[in-house]
Amino acid sequence: MKNRFYFIIGAIIAVLFSACKKDNYDAPQADFTGRIVYKGEPIGVQYGQVNFELWQSGFGNYSALNVNVNQEGSFSAKLFDGNYKLVFSVNQGPFLWKKNAAGKQDTLAVNISGSKTMDIEVTPYYMIRGATLTAASGKVNGFCKLEKIITDANAKNVESVSLYINKTQFVDGGNNFGGAAVQTLSGAAIADLNNLNLSVTIPAITPAQNYVFARIGVKIAGVDDMIFTPVAKITY
Amino acid sequence: MKKTSQMKKYIYAFVAIACLSFGQSCKKDSEFLDKQPTSTLPIDAVWKDPNLVLTVVGDLYDRYPDFQRIESWWLFADFDEGFASAGGDYFRHQNLEYGYDAWRYWDMGVYGYIRDLNMFIKRGQESTALKPADRDRFMAEARFIRAGVYFEMVKRMGGVPLITVPLDYDYSGDPSYLQYPRAKEAEIYDFVIAELEAVKTILPDDATVKSRATKAAALAMEARAALYAGSIAKYSNSQLSLPGGEVGISSNLANGYFTKALNAAKQIIDGGKYSLYQKNPNLSDNFAALFTDKGSNPEVIFVKDFKLKTNKVHGFTIDNQPRSSAEEAQGGRLNPSLNLVQSFEKLDNTYASLASVDAGGNPVYYTNITDIFAGRDARLAGTVILPGTQFKGKTVDIWAGYQLANGTIITGDNFGQTKDKVLPDNPASVQVVGKDGPVDGLEFSAQSGFYVRKYLDPATGSGQIGTRSDVWWIRYRYAEVLLNAAEAAFELGDFGAAAGYIKPVRDRAGLTTALTPAEITFDRIVHERKVEFAFEGQQLWDMKRWRLADKVWNGSNMSAADFINATNIGSATRTSTQVFGIWPYKYYNPGNANHLKYVFKVIKPSRVTAAHRFRIGNYYSSIGQDVLNGNPKIIRNPNQ
Repeated sequence: MKNRFYFIIGAIIAVLFSACKKDNYDAPQADFTGRIVYKGEPIGVQYGQVNFELWQSGFGNYSALNVNVNQEGSFSAKLFDGNYKLVFSVNQGPFLWKKNAAGKQDTLAVNISGSKTMDIEVTPYYMIRGATLTAASGKVNGFCKLEKIITDANAKNVESVSLYINKTQFVDGGNNFGGAAVQTLSGAAIADLNNLNLSVTIPAITPAQNYVFARIGVKIAGVDDMIFTPVAKITY
Repeated sequence: MKKTSQMKKYIYAFVAIACLSFGQSCKKDSEFLDKQPTSTLPIDAVWKDPNLVLTVVGDLYDRYPDFQRIESWWLFADFDEGFASAGGDYFRHQNLEYGYDAWRYWDMGVYGYIRDLNMFIKRGQESTALKPADRDRFMAEARFIRAGVYFEMVKRMGGVPLITVPLDYDYSGDPSYLQYPRAKEAEIYDFVIAELEAVKTILPDDATVKSRATKAAALAMEARAALYAGSIAKYSNSQLSLPGGEVGISSNLANGYFTKALNAAKQIIDGGKYSLYQKNPNLSDNFAALFTDKGSNPEVIFVKDFKLKTNKVHGFTIDNQPRSSAEEAQGGRLNPSLNLVQSFEKLDNTYASLASVDAGGNPVYYTNITDIFAGRDARLAGTVILPGTQFKGKTVDIWAGYQLANGTIITGDNFGQTKDKVLPDNPASVQVVGKDGPVDGLEFSAQSGFYVRKYLDPATGSGQIGTRSDVWWIRYRYAEVLLNAAEAAFELGDFGAAAGYIKPVRDRAGLTTALTPAEITFDRIVHERKVEFAFEGQQLWDMKRWRLADKVWNGSNMSAADFINATNIGSATRTSTQVFGIWPYKYYNPGNANHLKYVFKVIKPSRVTAAHRFRIGNYYSSIGQDVLNGNPKIIRNPNQ
């Protein structure tokens, strides 16, 4: 009986200790961070909607690492050191990506050895200029101008311009007091791209707070992702 | 002594084993391996007997693809036709967007299926033992199924490699000769249409055959495929095309496809073997019975059939029967949305929200709970179990509570809950919520205010786990043929013909004021399909081919204001990103003229937290990375 008891203890020890072997690999160490920019200005997008792909060849199963772009156009990824190819897939984001001679999306070689910060230059269809967001008598008023950046054959029209507000810092078509705090100007109704005025009444908030977050987004016809101004925290 | 006997035992055992194994090894190697299997039939034996071939065809039919179907009710909740009133399915209303891999239909299984079909056709061509008539019908059926599979692939994936013969690897180490590029989207549609044209005369022209391919089934599929191709061509845009044509169809091909669709539909109509189901003078009951009546149903063309007391039964009725009269302690999962319910037009062909408030915003009081739904398209009550209507002879009990004169709501949190002394001046114990709910967040209760009726089996026992239901799943029916003809005629500019095709379908729904040719618009066509084919698995593909999906599911939140005195109900581009409901309350104000009348409130179930967003990249499902890695000739779908 006693023998069997020792045997069980021995077996348990053997099982537990077998898990103590070290991993084959260290965890990835390098931080790859940066922003999506046009001439140095970051491009705001909807959270979780825009991502780019990092490809690394030579490791069997070939597939992309998707890196998400944050609301304010920044990104960060933990990577192993190595050589990567960076690419936005077609029509990802409210901007155009460089194409190669064959008309395919061109890749950008990225060498990671240790942490790296890099801004990625893209060409947006439009840029939102001179945006102001202010609170006055229970409303958030927004003003902005739109500059058409792409004017060649790839140019696209504005489908709509919207002012969104929300009680948290995530502000977009899906996060705006449940659909209650939006004003949208349809593209057809816009006479002057240099004079866009929007206004949204601030709904009652429970629990009460004396601030909201707001930003203006532009939907471009035929493009999934909208371009946004930076999120502004507005105290009233 | 004891030891010797034990010893002997071992020796005997050893000798026995030795004899057996030596005896076995004395056979020739080739004989050893050349045994006839006892569990499967060899191919040439199968192809001698039509009954055995039929079993193979049965398996091929069984694998025929459907996306939304009665065996998986939850998929109807993904596109805001219905609310999923079940704990594990609330996430369907909490996902912001559809994955790019949603509805993907391209993997080893699909091409394995196509290979089986190709093998079957090849063996049929080689077989000599069957009667030619039998053999030709089997092969035509396999080609019909193969066309159906390619149609399913092209509507989900765009152009795919078109493989029509079994391919085999030669073990040379170089698989590149097996790597086929994607065909053009139009080429796949052309293949489907041509195959169906070729087999339609071989298949039996017999309206009593429902679960196997017939001439009408081939023509109905051809009409649908041609219509899809035509609308993709007509409504395509540069976003949704690839330079090689794998995705996107040139717009100058549109009219050719519409003509083909119209001609195919016309052949069924002119054939005169099918007609709309009109056995019951009660139009709503008639519309519900159309889906459950399996005895000489003149409307049904091609189905997936089920049979009681076999393993081919399904649980749609168990899952969705009204909770109060359920035959098990469950049901009520699929709740049709207000978005759908208010789409059913009024009998004068106009659209209107359900009148919960009048134009001035004051609540409207109804004597009977069903009054608010009166004077609408009969298909509404045929598709949806409305509050106060019956299923299996029992009235459903859907009301959300009492509303007092000061606006206070008295309600409960369980089915048919009773409470003491909650009503003013009334000490009695009263029921404060219906036995079917609605209770927000309580699964199986009618959280949108409605239960689904379409495909719910009225037979006794259909709601029991031990019995289940054998109501069939209709893939093609005559009303769709008529609406396909109407749409094709409309797109070809023949509004008079379109009005003529659409008329019988609307007449059956009680909409007897016929639409004039001038009233046939694109919005009307879209609307008619939405209400006729709710919960029939057409919605997603329709929205995709019209390129409306990114407008209807645009990711914007909705509010109750969108459902109160709405003016754009008949608009094809009206958004429908979130499920809303409408709840009846009893107005409690003794002495008031409206005491115990019903008031209605538009609500959003609290489990609906996100707005559906259909991105341009969702129009064609993404192709798996394993497929792309395995074949460098495959190019990715756009916008992903």
